[in-house]
Amino acid sequence: MSSASPSYGSRPWTFYVLALLFTLFVIFLYGPMLAVLVLSFQGPSASLVFPLRDPSLMWFDELFNPRRTGDVVGAFNRSLPLALVVMTLTVLISVTAGFAFRRRFKGATLIFYTAIASLIVPGLVLSIGTIVTFRYLGLSASWNTSGLGAHLSWALPFGLLIMFAVLGRLNPSYEEAAYDLGASKWQTVKEVVVPIVFPGMIAVALFGFTLSYDEFPRSWLTVGSKNTLPLEIWTMTTNVTSPALYALGTVTTIISFLVIAIALSSILFIQRKRSRGK
Amino acid sequence: MTPAPSSRSMLPTYLQVAPLTVVLTFFFIIPVGLVVLVSFFRYQMLVGIVPDFTLKNYVDLLTNPTTWTLYRSTLKFTLIVLAITFVLGFWIAYFLVFHVRNLLTAIGLFLVCTVPFWTSNIIRMISWRPVLGKEGLINTALLNSGAIDRPIEWLLYSDFSVIVAYVHLFTLFMIVPIFNSMARIDKSLLEAAVDAGATRWGVIWNVVLPLSKTGIALGALFVVTLVMGDFFVVTVMSGGLSGSATSGIFNDLQFLNYPRAAANAVILLIIVLLIAASIFRLVDVRKELVR
Repeated sequence: MSSASPSYGSRPWTFYVLALLFTLFVIFLYGPMLAVLVLSFQGPSASLVFPLRDPSLMWFDELFNPRRTGDVVGAFNRSLPLALVVMTLTVLISVTAGFAFRRRFKGATLIFYTAIASLIVPGLVLSIGTIVTFRYLGLSASWNTSGLGAHLSWALPFGLLIMFAVLGRLNPSYEEAAYDLGASKWQTVKEVVVPIVFPGMIAVALFGFTLSYDEFPRSWLTVGSKNTLPLEIWTMTTNVTSPALYALGTVTTIISFLVIAIALSSILFIQRKRSRGK
Repeated sequence: MTPAPSSRSMLPTYLQVAPLTVVLTFFFIIPVGLVVLVSFFRYQMLVGIVPDFTLKNYVDLLTNPTTWTLYRSTLKFTLIVLAITFVLGFWIAYFLVFHVRNLLTAIGLFLVCTVPFWTSNIIRMISWRPVLGKEGLINTALLNSGAIDRPIEWLLYSDFSVIVAYVHLFTLFMIVPIFNSMARIDKSLLEAAVDAGATRWGVIWNVVLPLSKTGIALGALFVVTLVMGDFFVVTVMSGGLSGSATSGIFNDLQFLNYPRAAANAVILLIIVLLIAASIFRLVDVRKELVR
């Protein structure tokens, strides 16, 4: 077979060139994160660059016993519940909306394009709008009201797009077949719809959580006087000139990795359980 | 997608879509509408926003050379980042879809690319400091190897570091949609093209590229809107030396000049929407999504 098609025959030279490009890209992606990870164990020299002298955990200690570093623990105690609420609402709302879009209804196109517009509107513009809205309503901005809404306006369209992709694979004839074989409506949902849709729902949950947990531009004006974690880190980038900043980076990255691991392993678990048959 | 059986009521459908509509109304349509409205209001020292109908904010902005400089700088960043992320995204997706033959390996490598997306952007931005700084890894390595005898200054806090950070943060938004489009291409099409006498580049140019255009369009949409709307990357990575279109908005907000910030936001929004609309004209994204 000709070597012009890369998927068959012996490996063409482009494979090696692109494999090199890919490797370099992965180093580019992870290299700086590794640098921060290593430097967060910097010793009392408090140097922000390599080499690592007298490795210690002192900057992690500094992080949780704040003298200079600000209210990291408080910020985390707001960011985590906020992310969990955004996650739950994103899953509930985008899954139900995704099912609505399987039928044609008046206004479908309008709602779809509104969602897309909400996705691409610059975060700062939305931040201003939300804060002005709250001011006119006589409400004060807070992370669990205006902050929550601003995060949803960004997480929901993502969730909706994923549901479009997932539900595209759910052929309506599967459900019809289930009905024809005598399944009740509830049985059809439980035995046919949920197994197909569930991995997608976990993906939506992962997006909902992380988009909120890491969101900066939409949080900036809308969370009110108490910072969420990304805002706290942002303040620290200007005030804190010690490796405590790197320690915070390491801690948040570990939390992110835990969340990703939980999401991916539950998807794998479901896939395996399904392929084995019930 | 589903042909609606006329016997079933549409009520459940509207109930299903209602929560989404409510959230979008209160946290997208009304806020953006108010931004447009306030942009015509007057700003008064100590009072803040005064209802009015004036074009003064727009005239102020459009006659101020700083506005133009900032927008030019933002457009420059957008075009450079768009070009780099497209080239990287296209070839990485191409590699994963057509060169990696084991599906599990391809999915694994794809996940390796996507994991950083789910970690904090700010931390990923800061992580360039110990790499690019004056005493950073690159400078130290170059000094030790004798390639240079003074640290390179323009690695950090420059246009260069801004672009590095953008590419670092946003290439994923190109890879994922292009990967999605390419994964749907029937591999026998490539074989057919080869059998019909196409060269390697002929296949890429005439088969792969046209069939991945939805992904490219979606990726471009993400990258353009993220870079155009960014304030934080450009501020941190340029060390305050470069500005972006949003810097003007940020400054006005510091002085609580909401009307002018709103007018600037409207200008930014119009530019972003025009770019988005031209991308949507090229590709019917919704039709492709539900395909």
